[in-house]
Amino acid sequence: MSISDTDRQIIAAMQEGLPLVPRPFAAIASQTGLTEETLLHRIAELKARGVIRRIAAAPNHYKLGMTANGMTVWDVDDARIAGLGAQIGALPYVTHCYERPRALPGWPYNLFAMVHGATRDEVEAKRGEIAAILGAACRGHDILYSTRILKKTGLRLKQKG
Amino acid sequence: MTLDDTDRRILNRMQDDLPLCPDPYAAVAAELGLAETDLLTRLARMKESRVITRFGPFFDAAAMGGAFCLCAMEVPEAVFETVLTKVNAHPEVAHNYERTHRLNMWFVLATETPEGIQVTADAIERETGIAVLRFPKLQEFFIGFRVAA
Repeated sequence: MSISDTDRQIIAAMQEGLPLVPRPFAAIASQTGLTEETLLHRIAELKARGVIRRIAAAPNHYKLGMTANGMTVWDVDDARIAGLGAQIGALPYVTHCYERPRALPGWPYNLFAMVHGATRDEVEAKRGEIAAILGAACRGHDILYSTRILKKTGLRLKQKG
Repeated sequence: MTLDDTDRRILNRMQDDLPLCPDPYAAVAAELGLAETDLLTRLARMKESRVITRFGPFFDAAAMGGAFCLCAMEVPEAVFETVLTKVNAHPEVAHNYERTHRLNMWFVLATETPEGIQVTADAIERETGIAVLRFPKLQEFFIGFRVAA
């Protein structure tokens, strides 16, 4: 699916975020030469198409005291990953959960689940809960803690034309 | 900054979608029983102190015809900063984390076309001489980004 030039302009105008003013869409509209009404209509369309997932705050886990952030990775039986993945993804402390390809021989893991907690002990306890759910369908697992944010930006579109 | 209960309620609410109407903050403020100016002031303060890293639309590159891909590299400590500079120089690198593993650099590529992933990952390999392992998502199991503040 491609996006129109107007949509591209709208996305570019909102990349840095939505202004914290009483009429934020009117502010974006004036930058893009659209009326507020037209802009709202186009944003609704972008949401319907899934281009915009939601308009929301991205919290800083570290500042919220969730300093332990573990990417748990699991080698799960391919035949059972659909059902088990859904179960793990539904856990309240798992923020992202994906099936990804293995990179053999060094990387046998095909299920990735991000677990957040205040301490590593807390994250380890949650990892234990996940291991119990996966049971014999899991042949091995590991956890990777993030020690530093090296870059964090929103999606940047290349400017065209 | 320290967050009070009102800040926490705001942060929890604002991780969900903002209503799409001319005065969305007034609508959320009414939901929370706050004045709009109070909501905006607190949001601005949380953004300024980086409790909120960003407030705005979350885009899905895949829905625009583009792609995301999680990538990992095994970067020797001695050249870590040099490699980091080269990797981060690519605008397609959306986030990048240092992690405790032999594979110690993990980043997400977001590109406007599916081919862009390979082009960028190959370019990084060329520039750094280090393999870029690619872990595109095969299946997504619910995304509940929200954290309880």
